[in-house]
This record gives sequence, C-alpha cells and structure tokens, in this order.
Amino acid sequence: MAIDQQSAPPPLAPGFPSRRMQRVAVDLGSFIVTLCLTFLGLMAITFFIGRVIPIDPVLSVVGDRATQAQYDAAKIAMGLDQPLWQQFISYVGNVLTGDLGRSISTGRPVAEDLARFFPATFEMATLGIIIGVALGVPLGVTAAARQGSWLDQAIRVVGLLGYSVPAFWLGLVGLAIFYARLQWVGGPGRLDIFYDGLVEPVTGMILIDALIRGETDIFWNAVSHIILPASVLGFFSLAYIARMTRSFMLDQLSQEFVTTARVKGVPERIVIWRHAFNPIRVPLITVIGLSYAGLLEGSVMIETVFSWPGLGSYLTTALLNADMNAVLGATLVIGAVFIVINKVSDVLYRVLDPRAR
Amino acid sequence: MTSPLLEVENLRVSFPTHSGRVEVVKGLSFTLGRERLGIVGESGSGKSMTGRSILKLIRKPGEVTADTLRFDGIDILDQSEKQMRAVRGARISMVMQDPKFSLNPVMTVGEQIAEALVTHQKLGRREVQQRILDMLHAVRINDPERVAKLYPHEVSGGMGQRIMIAMMLIPEPELLIADEPTSALDVSVQAQVLDIIDDLVTRKGMGLILISHDLALVSRYCDRILVMNAGRVVEECAAGQLEQAQHPYTRGLLAAMPVIDETRDELPVLDRTQWAGT
Repeated sequence: MAIDQQSAPPPLAPGFPSRRMQRVAVDLGSFIVTLCLTFLGLMAITFFIGRVIPIDPVLSVVGDRATQAQYDAAKIAMGLDQPLWQQFISYVGNVLTGDLGRSISTGRPVAEDLARFFPATFEMATLGIIIGVALGVPLGVTAAARQGSWLDQAIRVVGLLGYSVPAFWLGLVGLAIFYARLQWVGGPGRLDIFYDGLVEPVTGMILIDALIRGETDIFWNAVSHIILPASVLGFFSLAYIARMTRSFMLDQLSQEFVTTARVKGVPERIVIWRHAFNPIRVPLITVIGLSYAGLLEGSVMIETVFSWPGLGSYLTTALLNADMNAVLGATLVIGAVFIVINKVSDVLYRVLDPRAR
Repeated sequence: MTSPLLEVENLRVSFPTHSGRVEVVKGLSFTLGRERLGIVGESGSGKSMTGRSILKLIRKPGEVTADTLRFDGIDILDQSEKQMRAVRGARISMVMQDPKFSLNPVMTVGEQIAEALVTHQKLGRREVQQRILDMLHAVRINDPERVAKLYPHEVSGGMGQRIMIAMMLIPEPELLIADEPTSALDVSVQAQVLDIIDDLVTRKGMGLILISHDLALVSRYCDRILVMNAGRVVEECAAGQLEQAQHPYTRGLLAAMPVIDETRDELPVLDRTQWAGT
C-alpha cells in the first residue's frame, strides 16, 4: 500500500531552487570530490607500486644487448631519470589528457588497447553477472525458504561446485559438449571468422554494435559465441550469490518482524519476498557489486580457454613482458571499475534502505 | 450456556534436542470467554509457546499436540496453513514483545498497518487510508497522518508498541494475545500502553490473553490468572484472589515482590525444593 512519501516542501522565494535541489547539488558535489580524491589515491598507489617492483622497464624496451649509452638514452627518453615525484606529476598530467603511454608488446597507445580489450570483458562480465543474479538470487531465496529440504541440499551442492570446480576445466568441458559435440554454441573467439571485422566498433561491444548497425545475423553469431563463456562466469557468480542470499535470508526469516507478518495472516510468498527479502537487498547489492567487479577484472582462465581478447589476458601478457605502461593503464581501469561500482552501490543503499537516508 | 471462545485441553509443545524431545508445555488446559486472562511465569515456563501454539505458529521441528485446541468451534490443529491464514490477524491476533524487532524496518508504519487490513478485507484505497488514521487515533497517536509515513526507526518504543497494537487490532479480531507487550518499554509508558489495550479490548468485547512475568501488572489488568512453571499451570485464580494463592511457587513469587515502605533487608529467593519443579 503506497502512502505518499513526500510531504509538501515549504514555500520558497521565487527564483531560488528548491531545498531538495540544493541537497541534491550538495550531495553531487561531495560525490565528485570524493570520486576525484579516490582516483588520485588510486593513481598514486598503482604508480609507486609500478616503480618499486624489480622490473626494469628500460631493459624491456632496449633489450639486454643494448650498450650502456643506448640504455641511458632510452632512460632519459622515457623520463625515468627524473625524481619520482616529478615522474608522478607528469604521469597524472598525462592520464588526465588521456595519454597512458605506448604499450611495448602491442606497439599501440595503451588507451587504444584498453578501448579494444575492455569492452570485450565488459560485455562478457555483464552477461555473466546478469545470469548469476537472475538465477542465484531466486535459488538462494528458495533454499532458505525450504531450509533442510532436498531442494535446499541440491542448491547447496550447486553452490559448492561453483566454489570447487576450476574455471578452465568447466570452460573446456563446456566447449567439448556444447560446441564440439552438440554444436549448440559458437566456438572460441567473439565471432565466426568470416564475420570478423565486419562491424565497425562504436562501443566495442559486438552485441551492441551489431544492433546499432542492424546486423541481426552478426548479433546472433556473437550471442552464440558469448553465451558459453558468460554462462561459465555466471555459474561462478551464481554459486557465490546463491550462497550469500541463502544465509542473509535465513538470518531475516528468524527475525521477529517476519513472525509479525505471519501473525497478520500474510501469505507465505509475501512473507518471504516482501518481509524477508526486501531488507536484504542492501547487503545483497554489496555482494553483487563485488562479484561484478571481480568479473570485470577479466578472468584470465576463461579468456584463455575461449580465446577472448579481454582485459585479463591483456594484463597478464603485459605483466609477463614487463610492459609497465600497459600494466598501469589496465590497473587504473580495474581500479576505476571498483570505484564506480562502489559509488553506484552507495546510491542504491540510500534508495533501498530508509535507515541510510 | 454459549461455548467459550477458546478451549485448550492437554496442550503439549515439544522440541527435539540432542537428548530427545523436550516438552516446553506439558499438558496445559484452560478455557477462555470474552474475558481477560493473564498468564504469568518466569522465563522458559512455556507461556510464549502457549500463545504461539494457539496461532499455530510453532514451526517445524517443534511439535504441538492437544486433546482439544478449539477456537470458536474451529479445531486449530486440524486447520490447513491456508485456513489458518484466514484466522491469523482476522480473528486471533498477537501483540509482540519489542517493537524494535517486531516491525519491518524497511516499510512505513502506514504500509504495515494497511497490510494487516487488506490481507483480510478488500477495501478501496481511500477507505484503507481512513481506517488507518482512525486506528492510529484510537491508540492515541495525535498526528496519524505524519506517523503513518514514518519508518519504525523513526518512532520511540512506546509509540512503536502503540503502532503494533493498531496493526493487530485493525482487522477487528475476537481474541488478542499480548506476549509481554510492555517488557521492552520504559516503566513510564508501560501503563499507557496497557491502558490502551485494556480500553480497546473492553470496548470491542474481545478476549485477551496477557502474557507477562509481572504479577502486579497482570493482576491489575486481568480478570483471571494462570501461573505457569516449567510448562505446567500451577495455580489458577481470579485476579482479586491472588493474595490467597496456595501453591508454594506462587507464594514464593508473591513473597519476592518488594513493597514500598517495607523494611525487609533482603528479598527471599524462591525455594524450588517445595514443589516438583524443574
């Protein structure tokens, strides 16, 4: 039963924005300030860690047969002879202008690389988390509502599998069954080879780009390729989300206000979804957010098995080649993802929990 | 003679433990008309379990048996879960102990009261609204429009309990079970809350079961008192005759109550060897 949430605002002089607008503006201002500070902190940490690890970025550029003179010249050209704080300031300046440096292993600017690799990961992770939430939450709620039943046991076994099965094994078995034998899905890669490069990237996410261009057969081909790796990722987040949902729900179902609802004669379905589930949305958002952020880092295992050109494999290759510009760039993106997801959860908390307003 | 509102005969509630089933209510019998019955006893004496088994709210693995558990001719133990839902709230209701925990933290007060009403009656939006405001007014909340929009964490304990009463009485049940309705409240608001319950129960001619551990309070607000200990009724008497109670447990409880102006240095402790207690 909805009852009007807002009482009438007090009258204000004409020409002044309402108090609610003022509050929103203040909230937004503090939001942006904290966001900038967090980013600065993130840049500082990635930068200094990048500089203290015992990898010589100069050596990886000039190779180990270079003379001392060539080495020194390269070092000066890369700006590594300057004091650390000056390097940091020029690094921050470069990042702000969108210049993340050039990757040694790909030879392209890191920003350009990230614009190619991150959308691939983003697409797969988003689909994965959608699968994980759409199945994991109802499974967790069902398991808690029927605690101790065979259904609960079955769901717990699924959860346990999600914790203990290695990702690469599940990926390979999935490919062997659904691609090689049943031919229900596409194989490794984002598209069949003859569709490759036909869609001009707009967002970099093939599903969306194909829809924008109206290329439905490319869209369905991309779906057939992404569905298996996304399901494997979805299964792992499902296992985690279902497990957490179950334990949050059990906690709520033993609360007094759930008994109150039953005393009122409320049907069990409403007891479970309105009275027990609604209060757990806030902790659940934390779990889902962290799980999503984890997927957005890119899973090296899944990306390798499915030849998926994503952030995880890009970062791993960069690390192995001592490609510090690429490593710092990718780390920055991952850090930014965590910050954004945290901020979004903060906003959602306030919407969902009246106590946090 | 009309049949009583509630008949309970040989009610037993048990729970499994590592060392076999433990009975927390051991063969309780009483009848209740449209009157006010007090159940008193110490913690763990089975009084809350009695209240919950009348609503069939004891969940598995707990088990309830009785020779008779009849409410207005309905055999409670025979009812399906669906049939019970039509009884709960609408005909038998229960005020719970602590409004801090027994109100849903993410629903407004108005939404929660409305839910109690619309679960049992199909009413128009405007009518529901009016009934809520009237009910909040009846529990002496002065600005019901404002309070209906508040969340439980925004109201005080005393107001929370009045909201609880409003929620439980709005479908106009015939029997109200009040399970320690004031033990979480300040002494200063206890009397206020009980006065409201008493007033509404009397005005609507409902039956009341007041569960409490406070002998003085129960004897003030009830017509009849059951004293429970370790799952059994040890004493049943009219509220006015509590002073003449016979059972050593009741005598012990009465003796342990401090009286203003008294000169005892120490209050006596219950001597449990006097009866076949735990």
